[in-house]
Amino acid sequence: MKRNIPHSFSPRIAIPDLPRRRFVQGLAAGGLLLGLGPMIKPAWAQRAATSTGAAPVLEGTEFDLTIAETPVNFTGSPRMATTINGSIPGPTLRWREGDTVTIRVKNQLAVGTSIHWHGILLPFQMDGVPGVSFKGIPPGETFTYRFKVGQTGTYWYHSHSGMQEQTGMYGAIIIDAASGRSTQTDRDYVVQLSDWSDEDPMRVFTKLKMQSDYYNYNQPTAIDFFKDVSRDGFKAALSKRKMWNEMRMSPTDLADISAATYTYLMNGSTPAANWTGIFKPGEKVRLRLINSAAMTFFDVRIPGLKMTVVQSDGQDIEPVTVDELRIGVAEIYDVMVTPGDDTYTIFAQSMDRTGFARGTLTTREGLSAAVPELDKADWLTMGDMMGAMGGGGMAGMNHGGMAMDHSHHAMPGMAMGDGLSKPSTTARHAKTEYGASTDMRVDMARTNLDDPGHGLRNNGRRVLTYADVHTIGGPIDARGPGREIELHLTGNMERYAWSIDGLEFGQSTPVHFKYGERARVILHNDTMMSHPMHLHGLWSELESDGGGFQARKHTIIVQPAQRISFLVSADALGRWAWHCHLLLHMDAGMFREVVVS
Amino acid sequence: MKHNRMKALVLAVSTLSVFPVWGQSAGTMDHSTMGHGDQPAASQGMAGMAHGDMQMQGGSAPPDARDPHAYSGGNTLDTGDYALPPSQRLRLADEHKLGGVLIDRLERSYGENSNSTAYDAQAWYGSTYNRLVVKAEGDVSKGKVQEARTELLWGHAIATFWDTQLGVRVDNGVGPDRGWLAFGVQGLAPYWFEVDATAYVGDQGRTAFKLGAEYELLLTQKLILQPRVELKVYGKSDTERRLGSGLAESQAGLRVRYEFTRQFAPYIGIERTSKYGQTAKLAREEGEKDGETRWVAGVRFWF
Repeated sequence: MKRNIPHSFSPRIAIPDLPRRRFVQGLAAGGLLLGLGPMIKPAWAQRAATSTGAAPVLEGTEFDLTIAETPVNFTGSPRMATTINGSIPGPTLRWREGDTVTIRVKNQLAVGTSIHWHGILLPFQMDGVPGVSFKGIPPGETFTYRFKVGQTGTYWYHSHSGMQEQTGMYGAIIIDAASGRSTQTDRDYVVQLSDWSDEDPMRVFTKLKMQSDYYNYNQPTAIDFFKDVSRDGFKAALSKRKMWNEMRMSPTDLADISAATYTYLMNGSTPAANWTGIFKPGEKVRLRLINSAAMTFFDVRIPGLKMTVVQSDGQDIEPVTVDELRIGVAEIYDVMVTPGDDTYTIFAQSMDRTGFARGTLTTREGLSAAVPELDKADWLTMGDMMGAMGGGGMAGMNHGGMAMDHSHHAMPGMAMGDGLSKPSTTARHAKTEYGASTDMRVDMARTNLDDPGHGLRNNGRRVLTYADVHTIGGPIDARGPGREIELHLTGNMERYAWSIDGLEFGQSTPVHFKYGERARVILHNDTMMSHPMHLHGLWSELESDGGGFQARKHTIIVQPAQRISFLVSADALGRWAWHCHLLLHMDAGMFREVVVS
Repeated sequence: MKHNRMKALVLAVSTLSVFPVWGQSAGTMDHSTMGHGDQPAASQGMAGMAHGDMQMQGGSAPPDARDPHAYSGGNTLDTGDYALPPSQRLRLADEHKLGGVLIDRLERSYGENSNSTAYDAQAWYGSTYNRLVVKAEGDVSKGKVQEARTELLWGHAIATFWDTQLGVRVDNGVGPDRGWLAFGVQGLAPYWFEVDATAYVGDQGRTAFKLGAEYELLLTQKLILQPRVELKVYGKSDTERRLGSGLAESQAGLRVRYEFTRQFAPYIGIERTSKYGQTAKLAREEGEKDGETRWVAGVRFWF
């Protein structure tokens, strides 16, 4: 992967508070170059501006995509974006199940590029991860992707090179069934969420290396302390902080990057630009929610409307009606809404509550509804740090008396007989988790799936959890797992280092699946952050903590101090990527190769 | 590692020890902290469990700890089934070098009889766990460099919050130049104390020890109060550089800065410098004071 940043501008120092309103709200007209008279336009600005706010839809079996730098202006400061056919998001690709699609990707950048088809099952050479499954697309060259489409649903695609995904390289994929388009829907909209920074993403990474709380302007202060003292007393205020301070961990470390630099986008539109979807009262509207952000989880709701979730990561699920859902980076939910004769705000606040993406559902262009206030950002709880020990998820715990001894000595690959009917619950930390690369280990993780996650608990709204998501039709493979693979998600926030089992990618070895095997994967989160883990090329079939089939997904959020399990059928030969989809965590090394052979 | 993340008002300055125990004690389960605050009821139910020896941070791997390579089936990133040629394989930021420069203090200080300019900077280049570190600290007054210490070190991460630093130090300024070998630790002690402790060995049997500690208290998100202490100890007198053996000098300062950005913060403060023992005597013989309180004004910035 090339590290060169495809930006011709020099990084600038962000002044988070001064242009705050414009930062958060963005400009109404993202694609225009404001404030630049024709006389002083730099050469690059002569190029056609990036089109934003309405991705074109391309249909058929043959596609031509051109990757180039095009100017964009979301905040008042013109910047260069990395775009697909000159738009953010890139074109929506509409495929049909059973077709063989041919996509020619032409690289007009000065650096290598790639496109990864997120969640699509295909030969590994077509998966588009430079350095893992192919050599990338060098500058000036065209790479032809060709594969048979064997699935239906909503997916997305994005660059897998450098930080190009952060700078605009993403688009939606809709795959219709071979039998034709669904007639259940009157309106069908892609709602693609993302985050934009005027800063060079590699510079952002370096800043976090220097100071990992650089973008956190929600830190506990002396003033907060005195407020707590006057409310709860000195002792309580001190004890509330004791563990955090002893451990040198921050209770407000909710996101690495905040609205201090990000402007959140919905379909490439800033909140001020207000992406709008039109409907007629009583129509059934399908919203294909795709989180294409680099680093931002969104909590999505439409005040005044219930959302019926019908699909998760492209897979039909038993419909479940909720007020709100959290969509992790790279996750996808299709929801159905039936709006009345009114105007509604689609409100997607960032998990750290510093900003939001927003759009409008209405009966005619130009209307808008009230935009809710951001929720208050709460401290992380002891459960987020210590798992079951901290009281998190006690209700769903099923530790059978907390027996600490069995399976503790189980070796990887060793037959455990009946032990495999349920996911193991005892943490087996890797020997490489005791050094400088990790800042904590969770011995007794929480395993329940019915936790909506930090900031959504008990908020008075019905919030989707993984326990609500049941893929229709059961697992793709009826076999139980032949073995269990346990990996721990690890990091050191202070050093801004992210890894798996305490080893960054460069020190790691691949995880090998025997072709044809059915295996259980345990992901045990030894950090205080949520990690959206994406396994390429193979489905991740999420299990409940009792071992029952839950949902077929391509990206699974592992919450802080949580231990989740899923089954994998190793039915696709080759080398595949497996990583945290938070772009900077991935780039820091929270990444594994998978070999199926 | 220089940090800017001091979290809450903690009064227990006494927890700061000269050589911290690598944070191994931190995070050890402690009933007294559980059950307060966020999760009042649930964790009380855990009381029957013996977890006095559970550690969330630090420690060493038990003998039966899991092998992180056990699932590789003999494959590596460069070899095995379907491997790309090594020249093509993916390299992420963990295999790239980064760097930064922090000017922690660039300040003018105002005393009764004289004013001076001081600097204290640290730069690094390398990876997360191994990096080249340059530290530079000094004083300029009366138109010349009074004191300058420059260190070139190999910083190696040995624990979650701690780096060892091994290298050389050169002292310039008034008196003959001195060279030292340096061995130290730098990092973050429990309760967010930034600690920098280094021992030095010079020629002719000279030894020295320097301890610095800083704390950053957020008054608001951008207004930060920073207490700072530094002690210098010498094993042997060096009269040409006006240093006596034993505890030679201490500095205790309090600075308050406003972060216009994370990377640019002007500050004002007050600092008390005291000389002790023979060093104090040598100063008095030169007609100087053995202790002085000065106002300081300066700027902290990094890039």
